[in-house]
Amino acid sequence: MTHSPAGEPVEPQSPGAAPLPQAQGPSPAVRATGVSKVFATKTGDVAALSDVDLDVAAGEFVALIGPSGCGKSTLLRLIADLDQASAGTLEIFGKPAKRARADQDYGIAFQQAGLLPWRTVGANMALPLELHGTGKAERTARVAELAELVGLTEFVDRYPDQLSGGMQQRVAIARALAARPRLLLMDEPFGALDEMTRERLQTELTRIAAETAAAVVFVTHSIPEAVFLSDRVVVMSPRPGRITDVIEVGLGPDRSEALRESPEFFDLVTAVREALHGRSPVAEPVEASLRQAQGPGTRQGPGTRQGPVERS
Amino acid sequence: MTDTATTTLAGPSRAAGTATGERRLPGWLRWVAPVVVGALIVVLWWFWVDVLGTAPRMLPSPFAILAEFVKRWPIIAQDMAITATNALIGLVIGSLLAMLFAGLAAAARPIDGMLAPLVAALAVIPIVAITPILNTMFGASSQFGRQAVATIAAFIPVFVNVLRGLRQTRPVHRDLLRASAASGWQTFRFLTLPTALPYLLTGLRIASSLAVIAALVAEYFGGPADGIGTAIATYAKSGRAALAWAYVLGGILIGLVFYLVTSLLERLATRRAQV
Repeated sequence: MTHSPAGEPVEPQSPGAAPLPQAQGPSPAVRATGVSKVFATKTGDVAALSDVDLDVAAGEFVALIGPSGCGKSTLLRLIADLDQASAGTLEIFGKPAKRARADQDYGIAFQQAGLLPWRTVGANMALPLELHGTGKAERTARVAELAELVGLTEFVDRYPDQLSGGMQQRVAIARALAARPRLLLMDEPFGALDEMTRERLQTELTRIAAETAAAVVFVTHSIPEAVFLSDRVVVMSPRPGRITDVIEVGLGPDRSEALRESPEFFDLVTAVREALHGRSPVAEPVEASLRQAQGPGTRQGPGTRQGPVERS
Repeated sequence: MTDTATTTLAGPSRAAGTATGERRLPGWLRWVAPVVVGALIVVLWWFWVDVLGTAPRMLPSPFAILAEFVKRWPIIAQDMAITATNALIGLVIGSLLAMLFAGLAAAARPIDGMLAPLVAALAVIPIVAITPILNTMFGASSQFGRQAVATIAAFIPVFVNVLRGLRQTRPVHRDLLRASAASGWQTFRFLTLPTALPYLLTGLRIASSLAVIAALVAEYFGGPADGIGTAIATYAKSGRAALAWAYVLGGILIGLVFYLVTSLLERLATRRAQV
């Protein structure tokens, strides 16, 4: 047999992670073009984001990672229309962000679960539906589905203060999914959880994202978290906040616990870390603590469970 | 997943547990301790008046007061009803006005700026001081002066607390409501109002005591010849000490009822801890 040309095998990676073609008919979940954000402060203007271009395809899972002040949360808030961009355009499924928000095209979860303490778990999950006039019977049915999805069926009638932090965060995710959005925005939703809960919820989230087929934009401080969850890791850098690198993960749709200990996983973690540290594999002393907190195999105990808080 | 969830569930007693954890008194002791103190005071009081006999003439023994209270209960109850009604009208109207103005002040900065000095003035003026003027203004047969005094007394704490409560919404909740495209009215109904509710009820609890005190003290400065305050003043002047004290007991009962009811409401409203 003759040798096949070396270029023949089209990438050894799994097909699920192949960059989704931009040429497909429907508009992407998120399209940011030349987006900048300047905050006016007492000491002068601060450029939180500078000329950011980002496309997130429908159904794609994109993690935004970077040190504090790199504008990743700001970018998420702009997508959510919680803040307005100073320059550039943002489109959510081809619509302006404001329209997308009004149409409930996205669901959102924050680092704090942000549950309303006077509402039951079920009523918290149903909040977006109630705000949009969904009937009671339909709400009840949807709450049952959501509770099933996040594994809280027995807790629908409890109140948030009766739940652990991880369970509260699951309620917040269920709430974000209540209106069946095609886009899920998550701002360090697991940032305040301990490592064990965090890994369990990460596995849950990959399953939920696959089941709902929603695109996800996920802000995080944690390199392993970003690699484990996403199809693409967008690496950002501060002063001014900008995108410095985009890393295709290509681990395929199946994200099981075993993946966390696989060599490909570690390679990607290393790749993201090097991108974060400006391509220098040796960490500078200042960054040593960051590396330690975010390195692979982070079974370190409770000391590192809370990532640095980006926005106070 | 659900089994781990069950183990991590803190249980409904968590909030209560932290509250009682601060001082570990057994349940029965928390009831018995104040009862013992009360009994001790009564015994000392009785000892001073009836055994030693050195007490002032205007301080009769606790048992004489109680006997007078039971004997004169029908008329004491009538006067209690007058004073309690005045206090209740003052509390309700004062609170409603306070909520209305606090809502306006929270909605618009200029209104807040206009109301702030007015409320500060109301808060520092001892309101019973204007009672004689009000009584003269509205006539000696009208309860209006007393009710007005109770209204003003109740207004201040409710206004201050509600205004504060309306500004306590958390950024994450505001972001959530905005992200869910909630209208202004929906944000108020689903977030601002429930957040402010515990503050309102704290204000009501404070206002309830003040309204009773104001309604009672206002009676010392004229107006119709009825009510607890009027009776205390009358019988004290005419030297009927036990009856005067029996009316004081009636006043205490009114205050206690107002306080207990509003405290209960407050506890109901604040039973869900922030998460």
